[in-house]
Amino acid sequence: MSAVATAALEVRDLTKAYGGKPAVDGLSLLVPPGSVLALLGPNGAGKTTTIEICEGFRRPDGGSVRVLGLDPIADATALRPRVGVMLQGGVGGYTSAKAIELLRLFASYAAHPHDPAALLDSVGLADVAQTQVKRLSGGQQQRLSLALALVGRPELVFLDEPTAGMDPQARRGTWEFIRRLRADGVSVVLTTHFLDEAEHLADTVVVIDAGRVVAAGTPAELTRSGAEGQIRFRATPGLLLASLVAALPAGSQATEPEPGRYLVSGEVSPQLLAMLTAWCAGQGVLADDLTIGRRSLEDVFLELTGRGLRT
Amino acid sequence: MITSFAPTPGAAPRSRMLAAQTSMEFRLLLRNGEQVGLTLVIPLLLLFFFNLPLLYSLDSPRRIDFVVPSIIALAVMSAAFTGLAIGTGFERKYAVLKRLGATALPRSVLLAGKTLAVLLLEAIQIVFICAFGFALGWRPDGDPLWAVLLVALGTVAFGGLGLLVAGTLRAEVTLAAANLIWLILLFAGGIAIPLSRYPSAARQVLQYLPSAALSHGLHQVLELGNAPSTHDLLTLFVWAAVALPAAARWFKWE
Repeated sequence: MSAVATAALEVRDLTKAYGGKPAVDGLSLLVPPGSVLALLGPNGAGKTTTIEICEGFRRPDGGSVRVLGLDPIADATALRPRVGVMLQGGVGGYTSAKAIELLRLFASYAAHPHDPAALLDSVGLADVAQTQVKRLSGGQQQRLSLALALVGRPELVFLDEPTAGMDPQARRGTWEFIRRLRADGVSVVLTTHFLDEAEHLADTVVVIDAGRVVAAGTPAELTRSGAEGQIRFRATPGLLLASLVAALPAGSQATEPEPGRYLVSGEVSPQLLAMLTAWCAGQGVLADDLTIGRRSLEDVFLELTGRGLRT
Repeated sequence: MITSFAPTPGAAPRSRMLAAQTSMEFRLLLRNGEQVGLTLVIPLLLLFFFNLPLLYSLDSPRRIDFVVPSIIALAVMSAAFTGLAIGTGFERKYAVLKRLGATALPRSVLLAGKTLAVLLLEAIQIVFICAFGFALGWRPDGDPLWAVLLVALGTVAFGGLGLLVAGTLRAEVTLAAANLIWLILLFAGGIAIPLSRYPSAARQVLQYLPSAALSHGLHQVLELGNAPSTHDLLTLFVWAAVALPAAARWFKWE
């Protein structure tokens, strides 16, 4: 072992094109051991391509990928037992097997597996252990898929959209699970297009669009920068901005970057806030989601890409 | 409940993976009810029809003694080649195997597990075929252990070929190819029609087909009571030794 711990994942200048069209275009990532990285981006941003290259399913066109210090294709035999994978879109594997059978099968591949029944219980599937995988609901399949990724006690897990198709309760449960993994020293790379998911779970959020990193940092760093002197709120679209500006202290500005989303910039003071809310009251408008000096990841994303994400 | 997810990764010994994989594959084969029914019934129907003297005459004085070894060879070819190729081809198409490709399971163990599961299924088929054969007056000869060896070698050879086709071609192409090759081997590969009926130039080539070696070997043992010829054993062995490693080498998970 070197004095400096090997990164869980190091991607440098990764490129991958399909039919001449770049899917990943010079992307770099660094995941320190024991940390959680969220790849955030809209559909088609290159998240799954990136993660499948890291999993050894696809060969990169250019750049380098080191997973736990190893090459995902050349060192696959050494790497596979150390990495847990949750593929996008369902469990994969034998869908006519029962949930517990599939988990036992995957446990048999590992030297020191978790007890399959206990793990199934941990993801809340004890009641459907004897159900065929294909008869599980979408959310149940996702939880089984998570259990399959973890049964071999991996050091690193790749979770491709781990909460897609889950109800809000199951999502929270999965978040709790991912926090436990991190606390126990497992490195996690996840993709999501849920902003709150990235914000709640990740040590590092990497926002990608069209195969490139457009922003990276902790959730706090991403939402803080450039946010001084801003108040944001939501209200009915089409408010009269000129009337609003006239009601605010001199030097203030108001814009509507998206219909129904307003941005007031200027010297943020108690007076500014009071005048803003008073103007809204005068218009009979309720200012919703009002935030001062703090952008949401969605704001960051909109500014960077001009495209919406799901919240 | 799990108290800790602290990493302690590692791959299991291959023997344990193989046992688990074989058991899973075998249970899944049996779970596919209609398929099992067909697998069991079709050879029995063929056994019945080929035993009727209306199709063509045979050199054997006792037709049933020729037909039963042929049907055993046919069952091995159907299960290990056609059935395995089509099943595996569609597993690839529907990304079943992609998920396994992200585990510590080596391709060679997956393919060996599938082949062994088919061998177990064949054991059941052969019990039925023999029982039906006895009912029709079959009187086998020879050492049954030779027959077991031939069936095992034939299964590995055909299984390797089936997995090679399934692992490299698209599922639809696999479906067509597996059925076409099955039909060709049935008639030109020494199973339905003895190779002795073919011109000697054709026979010189056809005898090296795995179906010909398996069928001829089984007839040598069960019909004539001899040991199988070195030629047949070696032919099957070479097919087995080439096909399964080739499948493991070129098999694509998705």
